[in-house]
Amino acid sequence: MLQIAIGIILGCCALGAGMAMIAGIGPGIGEGNAVAKACEAIGRQPESKGAVTSTMLMGCAIAETTGLYALVIAILLIFVAPNMLVDILLTVAPIA
Amino acid sequence: MDRNSRLFKAVDAMLIALMLVPILVAIVLKVLFTPVGEGISITGARIYFTIPMPLQDLPITEAQINSWLVMISIFALCLFLTHGLSVKKPLKRQLIIEWAVEKVQAMVNGSMGLTFAGFAPFIMTILALSAFSSLLSLFGLFPPTSDINIVGGWAILVFALITYYKFKCGPVEYLKSFAEPIALTPLNVISEIATPLSMAFRHYGNVLSGTVIAVLVTTGLQGLSSLVLGWIPVVGEFPLLQIGLPAILSIYFDVFSGCLQAYIFAMLTMMYVSGAFPAEKYEQRRRLKEQRKKEKKNSIKNKSSNENLEVN
Repeated sequence: MLQIAIGIILGCCALGAGMAMIAGIGPGIGEGNAVAKACEAIGRQPESKGAVTSTMLMGCAIAETTGLYALVIAILLIFVAPNMLVDILLTVAPIA
Repeated sequence: MDRNSRLFKAVDAMLIALMLVPILVAIVLKVLFTPVGEGISITGARIYFTIPMPLQDLPITEAQINSWLVMISIFALCLFLTHGLSVKKPLKRQLIIEWAVEKVQAMVNGSMGLTFAGFAPFIMTILALSAFSSLLSLFGLFPPTSDINIVGGWAILVFALITYYKFKCGPVEYLKSFAEPIALTPLNVISEIATPLSMAFRHYGNVLSGTVIAVLVTTGLQGLSSLVLGWIPVVGEFPLLQIGLPAILSIYFDVFSGCLQAYIFAMLTMMYVSGAFPAEKYEQRRRLKEQRKKEKKNSIKNKSSNENLEVN
């Protein structure tokens, strides 16, 4: 019984981590758009390449933030949560 | 001082040694404290030792030690680069450091304005510390920037700076800035707290995700090489595919991403700090204060002159 419970905990943590990383779609599309527009801008005005590139990198970094929040949650779910939850389970569960 | 003298060269050698010794110390510490028989794995910062404290034990981790060693290393690097400065015959290293200082000053002046020109050393410090901390993973060491405690500390420092510049117009103006549209007050408070949080998460998440992906690829290559080359008698025992291939990833994740994150952290610091300073209102307040002072002085002068007249 205890083994099944631990298995469910581990499986659900992995599933949750995978589902959290769905948030990676958003920054991917956003950064793609940003880079596409930057390329267009450089094509139109090649002399402003430096300014456009640095602005684009800044924008990409900020757009990445939501994805990184998801990444942090996924990392917590994979590396931290299972140990904590199993410990709680072992202290709570009656020793058969 | 004569540049060809023995003393000059001895000091140079000492500074170079001071640059390299911290890295060696970090490697030795890592070798000493890593448990035997542990392959490639993803771990957080290892706790080297704990200092007993009254409330809770203070753990001294790999990240803290490494970041202090990086600081010593950068300190020696700065001393080395500024050793033997001269106007007439600059050394190569002087030209390098002059170029870097000029670049950073131009960056600060461009994005913060001349009011904040004094911020250039601080920004340079952030850039150097962050970049060198991330580059520490090239030596196989734990990069301090992939620990949220280190980056969180920097973010709190930036948050303190932001709050200091918001307080320049007095506490009333500071509180008023949260209630710009009154309905959005809670959101403004949340976004204020989210600033350091997102800065810390961005930097640490980027560096840590690089480490995680590199470890996954390396272990994957181990399995692949035993699958593909395992049938060869002697050669098959070694994970040959691991040679060289992870280094290509390392160029992106360790070198490019680390330096980019340092640049972004410095850039965001500049933007937030210069954005927090209400320059127009500060000018208005200063002018008002000066006017009041002048009026006071004038009134005192008038009074005294009136009294003098009466006496006469």
